[in-house]
Amino acid sequence: MLFLGKRIPVGFSLVVWLLVWELVGRANLLTIFPPFSQVLVAGMAILPTEKFSQAAVISLRSFAVGMALALLLGIPLGVLMARMKGVGRILGTWVNIFVSAPISALVPILMGVVGIGEATVVVTVFLFAVFVIILDTQVGVEKADRSLVEMARAFGARRHQLYTKVLMQSALPEILAGIRLGAIRGVKGVVIGQLLISIIGVGELFELYSKHFLMEEFWALVILVFAFAFLVSEAVAFLERRVEYYASAR
Amino acid sequence: MVSPDAIVEVRGVGKTYEGGVEALREVTTAFPWGKLCTLLGPSGCGKTTLLKIIGGLIPPTTGEVWVNGKKVDGPGPERAFVFQDFALLPWASVLRNVAFGLELRGVSKEQRAEVARKQIAEVGLAGFESSYPHQLSGGMRQRVGLARALAVDADIILMDEPFSSVDEQTRRKFQEDLLDLLRHREKTVIFVTHSIEEAAYLSDQIVLLSRRPGTVSRIIPLDIERGRRSPDEIRRDKNYLDTVDEIWRVLKQYVT
Amino acid sequence: MPRTSRVATRRFTWQLASFALVFGCWEIAGRWPVSAAFPPFSQTALAFLRMIADGSLPKAYLSTVQPLFIGVILCGIAGIGFGIGMGLSRAVEWSTLPILIILQAAPMAAIIPMITYIYGIGLTAKVLAVAFLATPVIVMNSYKGIRNTNPSLIQMCRAFLGTRSQEVVKIILPHAGALIFAGLRLGLAMGFIGVVIAELLITPTGVGDLITYHGSVADYPEMFAAVASIILAAAVTIHGLERLERRLFPLEVRGS
Repeated sequence: MLFLGKRIPVGFSLVVWLLVWELVGRANLLTIFPPFSQVLVAGMAILPTEKFSQAAVISLRSFAVGMALALLLGIPLGVLMARMKGVGRILGTWVNIFVSAPISALVPILMGVVGIGEATVVVTVFLFAVFVIILDTQVGVEKADRSLVEMARAFGARRHQLYTKVLMQSALPEILAGIRLGAIRGVKGVVIGQLLISIIGVGELFELYSKHFLMEEFWALVILVFAFAFLVSEAVAFLERRVEYYASAR
Repeated sequence: MVSPDAIVEVRGVGKTYEGGVEALREVTTAFPWGKLCTLLGPSGCGKTTLLKIIGGLIPPTTGEVWVNGKKVDGPGPERAFVFQDFALLPWASVLRNVAFGLELRGVSKEQRAEVARKQIAEVGLAGFESSYPHQLSGGMRQRVGLARALAVDADIILMDEPFSSVDEQTRRKFQEDLLDLLRHREKTVIFVTHSIEEAAYLSDQIVLLSRRPGTVSRIIPLDIERGRRSPDEIRRDKNYLDTVDEIWRVLKQYVT
Repeated sequence: MPRTSRVATRRFTWQLASFALVFGCWEIAGRWPVSAAFPPFSQTALAFLRMIADGSLPKAYLSTVQPLFIGVILCGIAGIGFGIGMGLSRAVEWSTLPILIILQAAPMAAIIPMITYIYGIGLTAKVLAVAFLATPVIVMNSYKGIRNTNPSLIQMCRAFLGTRSQEVVKIILPHAGALIFAGLRLGLAMGFIGVVIAELLITPTGVGDLITYHGSVADYPEMFAAVASIILAAAVTIHGLERLERRLFPLEVRGS
């Protein structure tokens, strides 16, 4: 995009939109959109509060634990499904069903079985993230270059060496892609889980602000949570870019 | 009839793939120690299959392969393979790729690096130790593959159409370099190619395979004096040209 | 039996085995006295049939499916149009791409309570919930489909003196078709998620309400049946779209 002959980076359009937001807010066009500056002020005000830091800690904790479980279970399962065709066929149908299913429908069940609290949110995060991680890991390992496997065997590789030195690296681009998608879903899981339980974490705050139409606070929280989701996604994308150099040469 | 200095013996090997394709039938031959033998034949005659069976990568349906007096039943340290599509680890540097065979055996890092550097220099890639496969040309990648096979110091090197993925000029240079490399080493080489000239230029002996199901059609010993003659002189040598003609005559019947 | 139908029956048997295994485990887990809130498969299946018979399930689906279809169709048209606009115009791309990238990663569900507080508990709120969740993915897929057209095909079109509009209609759009369709499929999946969340949170209608109601009166078999039904419904429709996608845009024809 050129402006006065100089190239402007794509991210700049966000600044333009924030300006538009400010103007729309000041002109009082829509009550749901207060001026961006006021949103910023409200945001600065909630950050240091105890209520917010508690909510943030609970949410981050649920996210971290849920994701850790999803990785610990999902990656090995994906590898297993790729290497043992029988397991792949039996579990494959279910992974495919759940990877695009509305898992939020399961949350009420979780509330009944696991209880109304952080544990349910952790399980929600886990369920949201794990299926895409399994699927992408499976695809990555299946697609691993046969020629490389044959070469490793020709040079005397034993089975565990095949996995650690060839298969996992070859599948890494797909596995990282799965982790990125899983992380994005994990954030959705925290928000949705907490919204449905509505007494803990950022979900509780969203309920609170929505119910009382505290628009400045609401949008400030939205921006914070959206920014977090974006940062998590970019962090994994950074790792993906570091293995990009060999992804296409496989 | 098995000669006493045969290091590899193929006895009645046959291979039928799932689905009924019979790639090889009753192949019996022997490969003499220290010589370069070529498996040559029309497309689909099973030469790569036979090479992989000798390498222990594919099990034969019938028959056996004996190497150094022991039956083959998998890959082994006395045989090293050079692949047609290079099969380099794209995420590893040239140094690591060349040292890969040693890494799998648990050789210490310093030792493998030392051996690898030596072989990298021998194949003419000195200075490229930290480069990655995607930065190299096809010819350079194959040199890495060759260095890897030399690094494990196997007695037998199996080469599966190693020069077919590079251009003609590079190919000729490769052939000359290969002969140079092997001159001072006591290696037995079994080479698969579909190029008659390449076979005639490189080999001490050519094993001609028939069309599928492949079986030994002819064994042609070569009598070209290599010694200190330049490659171009060799390519004009009468024996060389006569051999090429003879092979083409035999193969023609399978192609037409 | 011809080979393809042999493969098909084998796959079918594996799927039957898979279902039998999971339902069997469900049955056992349900009878185990771990939690009263976890009914066995048999009771859930019976509850499912009961709810169809007394009309509560069909009525709920009617209420749920409306905003889903309306939302996805409206967003589909608008989203595809916008995505194509982004793909064809650098200016539009520059101004909207960062927002869309963020929206794709964002937990849009956070906005749903606000939507219901503003727009009430009726159809509008649900359609908006579907719209907010489905639109980003539809737009992004259409955009990518346009952007990633094989440049050599475009060059070819220009070399044969094609105009820009011919370029768009004859090359870019057909190529983008596959991704646009995929975007719709993903958009439908997101739509299911949106409508379920909206129904679980506030609106006392549809399948979500069925779930919360039966949960609140501890009719666990009915609750589970409702949950299973919506997951199954989503799976079946999305899988159906996938097969249609594969039929309309076979991989070989897709090109790059």
